[in-house]
Amino acid sequence: MSTLALAVRDSSTMLRRNLLHVRRYPSMTLNLLLTPIMLLLLFVYVFGNVMSAGIGGGGADRSDYIAYLVPGLLVMTIGSTVIGAAVSVSMDMNEGLMARFRTMAVYRGSVLIGHVVGSVLQVLASLVLVGAVAVAIGFRSTDATVLEWLAAFGLLALFALALTWIAVGMGMASPNPEAASNMATPLILLPLISSAFTPADTMPGWFQPIAEYQPFTPAIETLRGLLLGTGIGNNGWIALAWCVGLTVLGYRWSTAQFNRDPK
Amino acid sequence: MTSTTSHSLGIAAKGLRKAYGDKTVLDGIDLAVPAGTVFALLGPNGAGKTTAVKILSTLIAADAGELRVGGHDLAVDPQAVRAAIGVTGQFSAVDGLITGEENMLLMADLHHLPRKEGRRVAAELLARFDLTEAAKKPASTYSGGMKRRLDIAMTLVGSPRIIFLDEPTTGLDPRSRHTMWGIIRTLVADGVTVFLTTQYLDEADELADRIAVLNDGRIAAEGSAEELKRLVPGGHVRLRFSDPAAYQSAATALREVTRDDEALSLQIPSDGSQRELRAVLDWLDAAGIEADELTVHTPDLDDVFFALTGDSKIPHQAKENVR
Repeated sequence: MSTLALAVRDSSTMLRRNLLHVRRYPSMTLNLLLTPIMLLLLFVYVFGNVMSAGIGGGGADRSDYIAYLVPGLLVMTIGSTVIGAAVSVSMDMNEGLMARFRTMAVYRGSVLIGHVVGSVLQVLASLVLVGAVAVAIGFRSTDATVLEWLAAFGLLALFALALTWIAVGMGMASPNPEAASNMATPLILLPLISSAFTPADTMPGWFQPIAEYQPFTPAIETLRGLLLGTGIGNNGWIALAWCVGLTVLGYRWSTAQFNRDPK
Repeated sequence: MTSTTSHSLGIAAKGLRKAYGDKTVLDGIDLAVPAGTVFALLGPNGAGKTTAVKILSTLIAADAGELRVGGHDLAVDPQAVRAAIGVTGQFSAVDGLITGEENMLLMADLHHLPRKEGRRVAAELLARFDLTEAAKKPASTYSGGMKRRLDIAMTLVGSPRIIFLDEPTTGLDPRSRHTMWGIIRTLVADGVTVFLTTQYLDEADELADRIAVLNDGRIAAEGSAEELKRLVPGGHVRLRFSDPAAYQSAATALREVTRDDEALSLQIPSDGSQRELRAVLDWLDAAGIEADELTVHTPDLDDVFFALTGDSKIPHQAKENVR
């Protein structure tokens, strides 16, 4: 069997294993989904009237705020879902099972690839669920073309891939699943200090550069532009750069740790 | 070692070294395991047994040494070694989140067995290891013995020719332990080479064709159980008394004996042969000594173990309760 065929076959076996875990224990995925959905409902129905005053230079109402908020929460959903990848990678690394995989003639990278592909698929499923809730409470895109929808989908998938590799690296670096969960917490905290809930230019001046250039804000602004027709500016390129940069960094970090001799 | 060609050796190591920082774990050990035999690496906790298994099974790299497993050089072609071996480590290597059957099918997939063949092999092994009833339950619900059986069953899915078992019976109850021994004997009957580590002397004695005693990162002795037993003195006739007065007079009459005043017993060196035994009995008769109990002890692996690993803290009497 050629290396590529071996890689595909073993990676899909590992992927099936990970998806089986998700299917057997859906509570973990659902717990991770709870945060973005709760925040969506909280900010729209409880804070919505107040929050809407802060966008669009006044005169905006709750439905305007829904439109503003949903792209941010979709991106936040990615951050919250990949925490599951950090935890399950860490669980795997602490099991004797990993030693078994390492002593079998399977494609070396298949364990990590299985986790990454599984996590990205899980993120996409979560995005569909959060998106459905958003549509149910009144979110509509503004004149988005098919091409823009495809670009939006591609951006979300790419961002999911980038954050997943970072989460996998975090899982590998953690001594146990609890530590992995703690280490991955920034992935759900960063959106809170992005433009997801309020525009970055309403924040204190010294803080604006942090909010504007951290990975989440460019991705959120790009998604807003694609779905709502707001200006994207250079956010598209910055978002793309973050995606590629984080993917490469996370991949290198994860594989370096995986190839090290186990204890 | 020189008489066996490298082709017929399942596992061969020359000058295997491994150190963690400045702590040397394996200090240049040589091993030669002929194909189709059982080799036991015997040693106390921390002797380096697990490190040796981890290196030979490609899990970690050695610092130095010429290592061949299944005819393949570990440094050159670890993937070929992996294709030839099966490993059951000290800690259970099963996926607790999925069922026993799913664990087996996972192994079948990773060995690239066709679906139908995979199902057949999985079902067969589950039946052979008495796990058919539990096959549909998550592996995390299994008892220690069941997990260990599932572990070995998973190791056997690819029909490996060389199997590493790192302390396969540690933590098992006596019944599961005997079941495991039976499993290992069946493997050997199929011509599989087995490399096992154990801290139980009787286990090595029961199963292994050859035994190496590992102590402090070095092979202290190597040979068959019989050869090792010949290395150390330890055969004796033991006389036990219940009456302290009789014990005292016997101890005075027989001067060349080892006394154990607490247990009221005397040990007379003897190789256990009929002739020596008769001489001892004649001597006792002549001295008018009548012991309440007489037992003959041949040296066992415990004597070897304590003599070679230099653990003087173990009281000599304690070993008699081991078997």
